[in-house]
Amino acid sequence: MLDLLDRLGAVTLGALARLGLATLFFGAVFARTWRGLKRGALLVREIHFSGVRSLAIILVSGLFVGMVLAVQGYEVLQRFGSADALGSLVALSLVRELGPVVTALLFAGRAGSAVTAEIGLMRATEQLAAMDMMAVDPISRVVVPRFMGALVSLPILAVIFSSAGVIGAYLVGVELIGIDAGAFWSQMRASVDFRLDVLNGLFKALVFGLAVGLISVFEGYHAAPTAEGVSSATTRTVVISSLSVLTLDFILTVLMFRGLN
Amino acid sequence: MSHPVAAPLIELKNVRFGYGERVVLDGLDLSVPRGQILAVMGGSGNGKTSLLGLLGGRNVAWAGSVHVDGQDVGRLNGPGLYALRRRMGMLFQFGALFTDLSVFDNIAFPYREQTNLPEPVIRDLVLMKLEAVGLRGAAQSMPSQLSGGMARRVALARAIALDPMLMLYDEPFTGLDPISAGIIGRLIRRLNDAFGMTSLIVTHDVNETLRIADRIVLVSDGRIVRDMTPAEVRVSDDIFIRQFADGLPDGPVPFHYPAPAYGRQLLGGASGSGGADA
Amino acid sequence: MNRSKTNVAVGAFVALGVVALVFMALKVGNLVSFDSAEGYRLEARFDNIGGLRVRAPVKSAGVVVGRVESIHLDRDTYEAVAQLRIRPEFRFSTDTIAAIVTSGLLGEQYLSLDAGGDSLYLKDGERFIKTQSAMVLEKLIGQFLYNKAAESSGDKK
Repeated sequence: MLDLLDRLGAVTLGALARLGLATLFFGAVFARTWRGLKRGALLVREIHFSGVRSLAIILVSGLFVGMVLAVQGYEVLQRFGSADALGSLVALSLVRELGPVVTALLFAGRAGSAVTAEIGLMRATEQLAAMDMMAVDPISRVVVPRFMGALVSLPILAVIFSSAGVIGAYLVGVELIGIDAGAFWSQMRASVDFRLDVLNGLFKALVFGLAVGLISVFEGYHAAPTAEGVSSATTRTVVISSLSVLTLDFILTVLMFRGLN
Repeated sequence: MSHPVAAPLIELKNVRFGYGERVVLDGLDLSVPRGQILAVMGGSGNGKTSLLGLLGGRNVAWAGSVHVDGQDVGRLNGPGLYALRRRMGMLFQFGALFTDLSVFDNIAFPYREQTNLPEPVIRDLVLMKLEAVGLRGAAQSMPSQLSGGMARRVALARAIALDPMLMLYDEPFTGLDPISAGIIGRLIRRLNDAFGMTSLIVTHDVNETLRIADRIVLVSDGRIVRDMTPAEVRVSDDIFIRQFADGLPDGPVPFHYPAPAYGRQLLGGASGSGGADA
Repeated sequence: MNRSKTNVAVGAFVALGVVALVFMALKVGNLVSFDSAEGYRLEARFDNIGGLRVRAPVKSAGVVVGRVESIHLDRDTYEAVAQLRIRPEFRFSTDTIAAIVTSGLLGEQYLSLDAGGDSLYLKDGERFIKTQSAMVLEKLIGQFLYNKAAESSGDKK
């Protein structure tokens, strides 16, 4: 029993220490964000690394998610004789939830883990220490551009994901199943509000980008400088990012859409 | 910045430093005059690398003072520390080249970050530094394509890019074949004399060290136990010196990490860290 | 060389994002829903709003002229009060009837404005005098049965 309490205490203290470390680190990152932003070329490089190179997986996933939504949605809607509402069902699901959430989960696995591994390896091979000794701040030079890259890329990817999903749903719903194209689009437009649905979804993606970006750079920067340390940091990035995205999504959804329905 | 030439570049007084509960340096005094190449030797885990950290301001001494060029390193704030580091170069154990940049861009890095020089000037400077380490031909290679010795030379070219007054070398010969180690050793000597630098080498390669250093200090138990010239080391019959110079496993520096008596631990069963099987 | 290729790729990426956003705005979403600062407000009171929700469209002759901005219950009269935001280019006479109707049999409910003939127009903040509450199916059926019963008992006499 005492053993158990001892373990619990140790785990709690460890978690609190890490939280404190993370808070200090985030403060340091935010304090340098403005300086980091002035280095446009570095930011472009990171958007290329995490955004452009994630484009293929986002496009393909979006297309398929949209197609599956169309098949399943049609199945249910046609029982109530309202298959015409397929467009609005698919678009609302994508724009409000699936676009930002699935994009963020894929992004954490594809780009977040890569950022963690890259920074972790730079720490393990003393590249960060070398930079520091050359009087170049590694947080401004290495961490901030990667964080900003995630912050910029994720909302863009989320909009592209949702668009690909709508196109996928159109292909299945209209071209394959044979719903009237006019009804598909008009129902969609009648129920999707640009400001309340599209922009709120985009805001969600921005928050997820903030979370995934911070977690990725933090885990990389504080990875143990060994092969094992880097690999476990990479795993932690994916796990913690995914859980944070889902938790944040719930909170944001409650705040944004509670009053509407 | 007008110190008399006689003032030593590095001055450590009664320095105490460690990690957590473990003390690695205790009561260390050291002073290095300008222009000298000083080699710091000692067994692994004797705080040699911590010494480099203290000089570069990455570690802060628990007690005592660390002065470089008259400045108290432990008391410098961020900008002050960075200003001092711009006049220092450090060669890391395995080079620590930026793996995502080419050899050329690695050496251009300090110029691009610290100066506003136009790109053609940077190009000429980079080629000059590469020429100094004999690798001008490898400018467009990536670090992953280089051998260990070449990577170390590129890192050396990068470390001297801003013509530092002080060069710190962390195990510059480790993991190199004798030929590459010889090349690095001769480069250290040549660069030190050509650019009027002061160098501090942390190493346990006795042969290379004897060839290039002006002075050798031996660290044990957190303090300096011997301080002599290479010539003195060669002829000394001091037991400390002989253990290092000849690579004897046991001597004043023990082979065994402190442990309970061997026989007692083996016979005493589960009292030690003998294993989990009951 | 290499860097410019990166720039081009990132530029194309951002452009694709903008195209997707425009697609969202014009094809998927309804950007035309004017923002809330525009237009003037009118108030309509009902005994029962049925399934009318915030953001439901306000239509006149089937054309969307505004949105329901908020719905609350009057604490004294127990009437449902709906605040409407009407586009500035549309004006409605004081005898306009505001009715809650359903699109289709099971579709969403919206507010229909049936224009009257009065020469006076409702101004910002004013209230519709004539309103027609939502039809509740149970009440309708109950009324129908009651009438039938009344008819048949009348025949017997």
